Amino acid sequence: MLDARKSQVVTAGDARAVVCDRPSVAGSVTQRACTFCGARVVLYPISDALHLVHGPSGCAAFTWDIRGSLSSGPQLHRLSFNTDIRENEVIFGGEKKLLRALRELVAEHKPKAAFVYATCLTGVIGDDVEAVCRTATTELGIPVIPVQSEGFRGTKKQGYSAACTALGQLIGTGSTEGIGRLSVNILGDFNIAGEIWTIKGYLERMGIEVVATMTGDGRVDAIRRAHGATLNVVQCAGSMTGLAKMMQEKYGIPYIQVSFFGLEDCADALYQIAGHFADKDVMARTRQVVREETATVLPELARLRQDLNGKVAALYVGGAFKAFSLVKALRQLGMRVAMAGTQTGAQADYEHLKDLCDSGTILADDTNPLELAGWLSSCEVDLFIGGVKERPVAYKLGIGFCDHNHERKIGLAGFSGMTSFAREVHATVMSPVWKLVPRRASARSFELRALSSEPAGDGRSLVLRPLSVEPERGVP
Amino acid sequence: MLDQTTATITERTALKINPAKTCQPVGAMYAALGVHGCLPHSHGSQGCCAYHRSQLTRHFKEPIMASTSSFTEGSSVFGGMANLQQAISTIFEMYDPEIIAVHTTCLSETIGDDIPTIIGKCQIEGKVPEGKVIVHCNTPSYVGSHVTGFSNMVKGFVKYLATSTGRRSEAVNIIPGWVEPSDMAEIKRYAEAFRLAAIMLPDTSSVLDAPTTGEHSFYPKGGTTVAQIRAMGDARHTLALGAWASSAGAELLEKQCQVPHEVLDLPIGLAATDRFVSALAKLTGTAVPQAIEDERGRLVDVISDMHQYLGGKTVAIWGDPDQVIALTEFCRDMDMKPVHVLTGGHGQAFEARIKEILADSVPDANIKQQGDLFLMHQWIKNRPVDLMIGTTYGKFISRAEDIPLVRYGWPILDRVGHSYFASVGYTGGLRLATQIITAIQERQDRDAPDHAFELVL
Repeated sequence: MLDARKSQVVTAGDARAVVCDRPSVAGSVTQRACTFCGARVVLYPISDALHLVHGPSGCAAFTWDIRGSLSSGPQLHRLSFNTDIRENEVIFGGEKKLLRALRELVAEHKPKAAFVYATCLTGVIGDDVEAVCRTATTELGIPVIPVQSEGFRGTKKQGYSAACTALGQLIGTGSTEGIGRLSVNILGDFNIAGEIWTIKGYLERMGIEVVATMTGDGRVDAIRRAHGATLNVVQCAGSMTGLAKMMQEKYGIPYIQVSFFGLEDCADALYQIAGHFADKDVMARTRQVVREETATVLPELARLRQDLNGKVAALYVGGAFKAFSLVKALRQLGMRVAMAGTQTGAQADYEHLKDLCDSGTILADDTNPLELAGWLSSCEVDLFIGGVKERPVAYKLGIGFCDHNHERKIGLAGFSGMTSFAREVHATVMSPVWKLVPRRASARSFELRALSSEPAGDGRSLVLRPLSVEPERGVP
Repeated sequence: MLDQTTATITERTALKINPAKTCQPVGAMYAALGVHGCLPHSHGSQGCCAYHRSQLTRHFKEPIMASTSSFTEGSSVFGGMANLQQAISTIFEMYDPEIIAVHTTCLSETIGDDIPTIIGKCQIEGKVPEGKVIVHCNTPSYVGSHVTGFSNMVKGFVKYLATSTGRRSEAVNIIPGWVEPSDMAEIKRYAEAFRLAAIMLPDTSSVLDAPTTGEHSFYPKGGTTVAQIRAMGDARHTLALGAWASSAGAELLEKQCQVPHEVLDLPIGLAATDRFVSALAKLTGTAVPQAIEDERGRLVDVISDMHQYLGGKTVAIWGDPDQVIALTEFCRDMDMKPVHVLTGGHGQAFEARIKEILADSVPDANIKQQGDLFLMHQWIKNRPVDLMIGTTYGKFISRAEDIPLVRYGWPILDRVGHSYFASVGYTGGLRLATQIITAIQERQDRDAPDHAFELVL
């Protein structure tokens, strides 16, 4: 490990604090992404808005329908709109092209609002995206909102903040008529695999109105009236706390930070919401929801736990709140967490994580595949939880994997989500396919390996024979 | 989701909807992964590298290793020199590659970072360990497409490494184009069958189709070695497969090391493989090996056995220029009608070539370079087809219009197999033909009314 990285890794029980919140060392194979990526994933699920990427085709192509954020209605967000900046605009500026694109698109698709994402390229050529958006708003009659998401501004974290600023421009522009006192907004759930529908179901049963969901299954009109809600419930703290703070200052709406992942956290979240309204009927209904839901899922969890008890897990996720919930949820399944890391955690988050984890657990900020592969092997983990770039590393090592990021296909939030999570973990950890992988295989395959002429393992140690070249002809 | 697409085609001047291409750097990354012990390095913001790694991972289901200069606001103002210097030190200390292949991004291009100067400075300051190599190429995202990036990276390797010692070897260089690891392995098998001493650059076989061993190997065993790339300068000939992806590298080899070159189509389908095989026969002065003749015979056999299912079937094809050209010719030769043919890539030559291929069979085909999938969908709405051949992104159109899709090209994000089973050569053509026939027959079965639903097809 690089000296520069050593301060970013500690073990629970260690007095040393994790150094975090700093840029990745240049040259790292970092798993982090950029500001544009952060802004794009946060705003993307608003399904009746036009999302126009002002930049080269790559930024648009790589964010075309990559997040499984479901919409119950419009699907406009799933199209990829791009100004496709070319050499000509790099020299002469892209503002005119942007305005033309907005005119063409708004006429064709009649969206409720438009978000225009600035990228590295349009940032560095100095396009005034804000000015174009102002002109377009006046001319086209819908809010055209600039998103200051130039990639070089930092990691996804800065992108979350750019997205919150953009959302702030919509909030407060709609009528709050008809919104009751028992009302909330949900912030920081992106309706991956329909998760927000699960949460909304609980809140409805508790008698609580959901005004706006930001941004899963989001709608422009609902967001415009979000300032009429009594409480903001923030699920993904990393991405949305900034917006909650802004709404507290501007509209006096208090917020609570919760997590709907895992039984313990989900129940706690619902009680916190109910507690806020100090309404005994709401509280009674909440108790009933929690009672009913936990009664439904506990028997299966107990059954799955029998197999999973004592198994070892590692996790590397985007934000710290997810890490907290996962540590607790894994514990509920009888599993031990040997390594936990985040891309964007803050120092206080890591302190909390230290308290939460067993002594000796490795905690890492902004890690890379080399470190990860090392820990996965040395800790002999049975399960790794991460995102798309981590999955094949785990599989190559013969370790079970669970996607807790954009590409998960099964809702993991809520009480029912905990069962889905447990089933998924069980299916991968207990899968017989890992017995086929040499490192974890039975004695039989070791015999096979001994018989084979090719050295197994580290490809670097192989002497490479240039495949099609015959050495006697004088070619190396 | 595609209910937004209207049949009325209006001229769009300022935007792309649902792109049929992406930007240069990801192509440079793919090419660099085909060099042994190479760490591709993205000189720009972190997001570029993260996106490219993710997308390549989704396509290959393999770990993709690449580093980034992690640009900040400061680097975008003052330039990325410090980042690249730091990166070079970090990479050699931590990841110990044989070679670093730097590619730029739109950001570092626009700022104007002078990469050769920075690399030179690192060499003078001793930041490059003995025997290790750094190469680079310029890949501005606002020019060309991912295929241009692939081509530029190949050129970069040639430029830095290929040297002519003055002694010609028996070797023949093959630049395989942007094809799958399986295709690269197949192209090597052809060369071996002709007993041709071939050096192939790049070669992602045994890199992006690496077997599971229980270890995570940062640098899998495959890939063209640095020594092989150096030796390319002494080769007697270069075969560049696919004009868009491979001709620039071959031209540079000729200019730099006087290695004569010829550009062929990607050997996809019968006729293009025939031309590739003839070139190998000519270069080796030998007859076509019987085994290869037999493979050809099998492909012809299946095409003729099934010709009544293929004849007159209309097809929409999109993807990268080199692939689409070869596929269009193959479909035409099987008596299919490619009525919509589109690439997101660039060049009037693409349209001219497709026109020539379809001149007799489909003179009224829609043909477009720099197109997008929104336009393709509009074409299909106006003239429906029996089959679509293209990337995963076509699945939306396939569903909206209820047309079967044979997945082909890059990227394929929702199926496996492409990286393991070749589609070049005669046997590859056989695989493609069976995929096409299966798609058509499955549709026939699905749509057949009970009385016409038959056991035997």
